[in-house]
Amino acid sequence: MEQNTKEKIESIIKDNEILLFMKGTPVMPQCGFSAAVVGVLSHMGVKFNSVNVLEDAEIREGIKEYSDWPTIPQLYVKNEFVGGCDIIREMHENGELTEYFSQAGINI
Amino acid sequence: MSMTAIEIEELILKTFPDAKIIIDDLRGDGDHYAAQIISEKFRGKTRVQQHQMVYNAMDGKMGKELHALALNTSAPKD
Repeated sequence: MEQNTKEKIESIIKDNEILLFMKGTPVMPQCGFSAAVVGVLSHMGVKFNSVNVLEDAEIREGIKEYSDWPTIPQLYVKNEFVGGCDIIREMHENGELTEYFSQAGINI
Repeated sequence: MSMTAIEIEELILKTFPDAKIIIDDLRGDGDHYAAQIISEKFRGKTRVQQHQMVYNAMDGKMGKELHALALNTSAPKD
């Protein structure tokens, strides 16, 4: 990965407390897995920002390497990679996600 | 390009020889699978780490030959 891609990714993650790398936008997701995570966050009433990786090929490839995670979506909370679609769904279903946000000091 | 459930299982077993694996072909298209994997190697690891271990076991195929592999990982219960 090029250094400037890495810096770009680092700076967006740092600037956004809750950040979802996704395909499409929260209003118009372009992939079912991205839509599922948007659904969970919206259902919980979590305010988040998103990056549409379909609009930026550099970030689309870069974020996979950065997180050591081969798929999109990817959720970051306060600089930490929380997981992709399966993990977020599972954490939502068993209540862990609510706990995670509250431990991270995020009020829902 | 796609993969068969058996190919996926073989790849997983290379890294996790002790694993109990259940694979579902979600759409019958050889491209969307769900795998439930139970292995001692997952003990003490976070869920992100567990999934990373499986993705690494997939030998770069995840996100390429294999479009979707929904994972459910855990260590055996005592």
